[in-house]
Order: sequence, then structure tokens, then C-alpha cells
Amino acid sequence: MSELARELPAAPPVAQTRGRSIVITSGKGGVGKTTTTANLGAALAARGARVVMVDADVGLRNLDIVLGLEARVRFHLLDVLEEGASLDDALVRDKRSDTLFLLAAAQAREKEDVATDRMVALIERLRERFDYVLIDSPAGIELGFKNAVAGADEAIIVCMPEVSSVRDADRVVGLLPSFMRPQLIVNRVRPEMVRKGKMLSVDDVNGILRLPLLGVVVDEPAIIIAANRGEPVALDDATKTGAAFRAIAARVAGDDVPAPTALPQEGVLAKIGALFRGRR
Amino acid sequence: MFEFFARLFRGEPSGAKAKERLRLVLLSDHLALAPDIVESLKTDLLDVISRYVEVDTEHVDVTFEQREHEVAMLANVPILSVKNGRSEAPVLEPEIPPHVADKVEESPKAETQAAERVDALLSETDGMNGLGSTQTAAMSRSRKQRRRRRRRKTEEPLASPSVPPSTTEPPPSLASS
Repeated sequence: MSELARELPAAPPVAQTRGRSIVITSGKGGVGKTTTTANLGAALAARGARVVMVDADVGLRNLDIVLGLEARVRFHLLDVLEEGASLDDALVRDKRSDTLFLLAAAQAREKEDVATDRMVALIERLRERFDYVLIDSPAGIELGFKNAVAGADEAIIVCMPEVSSVRDADRVVGLLPSFMRPQLIVNRVRPEMVRKGKMLSVDDVNGILRLPLLGVVVDEPAIIIAANRGEPVALDDATKTGAAFRAIAARVAGDDVPAPTALPQEGVLAKIGALFRGRR
Repeated sequence: MFEFFARLFRGEPSGAKAKERLRLVLLSDHLALAPDIVESLKTDLLDVISRYVEVDTEHVDVTFEQREHEVAMLANVPILSVKNGRSEAPVLEPEIPPHVADKVEESPKAETQAAERVDALLSETDGMNGLGSTQTAAMSRSRKQRRRRRRRKTEEPLASPSVPPSTTEPPPSLASS
């Protein structure tokens, strides 16, 4: 199955018969995997793609919260994998988009409860119905991580400019099969601190990880406010973070968007933001 | 090691410190030297060094440092006291720690073997990882002094005439001179 997927060209999603499966992972917890998944999903759907986000963090489900969909979840991942719940019942449609769906994790179960082969089969089924299957990986490198990665053909590594996060990202990259060609998002960058030499720069981080740079996301209060509301910040035209996530989505979709700036500066990001605002 | 970093980073912003720490931590991750290997390397180093000086075994630190073009191994060995006179031959029995004494009983060449094992370990590290140099250092000396002393230390014990022949054999090159 995955052999076949590897040979598929990265054509525009609508032209594909099977969607792309992308795992969002980091090794370390708390670096923004779930936020990235939610925002990438929302931004891709806003572009018209059919997107499903799978919360693979069984036991610590959060993706529904970030998206503000917690009240709509009736069935979860393990209901589908084990109890025979239908995908139609379990998939939660997003409030804001007709093409964005969530498959929530089970909260009262454990990562060890998920059978890897069933997970892979589920992702394959989802790829028949969606252009993008985004898999939100749990932290760690144990079975939960392996299950999240098993059905994916591509990987996005989320990393903060911080020693432990980079170390864990480095470890995770070493664990991924090479065909996944992981790409990097450097999250929670504080440009002012980088300028003062008080934070690792994007160049510092990627000088070590040496991955294709998919995006740079600045640490902004807007992301916390968005999470409070259960609204993906990617849909907020007024924020730099939102613009950064939309740019990431455009790059994932294969658009020729300007490369992410290594050291984000107000001016450049504002320009990207203005660019996107101008389009809408 | 801490003092080294304190000296290195005094006055530098914390970002540079993070960068250096990251480099070091990934270096040792990638070296894939299992902790027990580092531990036995440490033990073997101490076996050799403690024949000449009394060392603070509690605070020995073996780390790897990224230089511009190579990786160096740094062994920081706090010296409690220098043993009585460098011209005096080290007497094995009373001065070596018990766990080394055990090895001496097993084999008359334990001392040489320990040194060889250190050499082997170090060269193995070099070979596996394409590393440049290895270096051992005593804490209270300047680097040059340390190097000079280290060289002497590694040569003297084996060449020393008053080492009982039953416990130590000089290396072939020295034996012929």
C-alpha cells in the first residue's frame, strides 16, 4: 500500500485519486503539534481542499478542543477501529468549513490499545475520501508515535527554538523512514529575543536538523486567544501567526510561496500577511 | 567542565549558550557511546592517572567537545594531591584502588592492559566517528601544560626502571632502548 503511495506525484489534491497522509510530530510534548495540525487543516480547507484531521493522541485528546469541536464528538478513533462505528458517524464536521473533518481520539483509553495494522487500514480508507489526512501524533517515540507514523507518507516536524525540543526533533527524524522526507516548522519563535541573542535562531535550529523549512511561526498572544475560543488562528486574517499558517498550507499544497524567513522580522511577515489579506 | 563553560560563556547571551549545549548534546547522541562504555573508559583512565596522582574520583568528568574541525574528548580529573615526587617510581600495591588491585592479581600486565584499553577505546571512537583528536586534561593547569604533562605521564610509568618487572612490562619500543 505505502509502496504505491510513494510513487504518487505531489499533484494538486483534487487531481489525485488518493489523498496525502501527513503526520505532524515532534518527539517533545507541548511544542505545538496539535495547534499546527488544527491550523494547517483549517488553512488547507479554506483553500477548498477536503481535509480530515486524525487525533492519534489516544488518552490525551486535545485536537477537538483546539478546534472548538469537543461538544460534537460522539464516536472516536477506537470506536471506529474496534467497535465498528462507521466513519460517517465518527467524523465530526468543522463549524466553519464544509470540507474540514475531525476524527477524535479516545480519551478514556491508552495508546497501547491501538492496533497498528488497523490504524494503517483506517488511514488508507480516509485517503480515499479526502485530499489530506493530517495525523496529529502524540509526544514521545513509543507505540502511540509509531501508530501515528505508520499510515503516513509524509511528515512535518514541529520544533521550538530550544535545546530539548531540537534534540527530540533530531531523534524523531532519525526514527522516520527516509521516504517521508520530513519538513520542518519552527514554532514559537520570538524575533525580539533572537535579535538580542537570547534565543536560538531558525538558522541555529535548522543548522542542526537540516530539513526543508516549511514554515516559521512567531510566538504571539493571538494563538492563546484563538485556543481559548476554539478558533484556528489560521482563519484570522489580522494575525501574523495566521498568515504564517496559511503560508505553510500554501507550501504544503505545492504553491510557490516565498520561502520562510530564517529570522522573522516584522516587515516581512506583515508583507506576507498583507499579501494574504489582499487575496481575500 | 562547568568552569570551562563558565569561562567560555561569560558575558555571552544565553542563545549562544543554548546553541553550544545543543551541539554538545547532539554530538554525544550521535556518537552513540553507550553510557556504560563512557563509564568504563572513565574507570580505565582513572586507573592510569591515579597511579601518579591522587584524584577526586567523585568529580571526574568525561565529555566531548566540538572543535572547529574535530571533536575532542575532554577528561577533567580533579587532583587532590600529587604523589610523592615524580622521580619516585609508583609502587603499585599500596597506591592503586582496590578494584584495580583485583585486576593486577588476575594478570601481571594489568597496568599495561589498562593503558592499551584506553588507547583502543580512544582510537575506536576516532575510527567510528571520524573524529580528530583526543585529549585528557587536569583541571588546574593551562591547556598546554596539561598536554605536556599528559604526554609525560603516559610515557613515564612504563619506562620507569623501578617498576617491578613482575607487575609491569615496558612497551617494546622502550624495552629495546
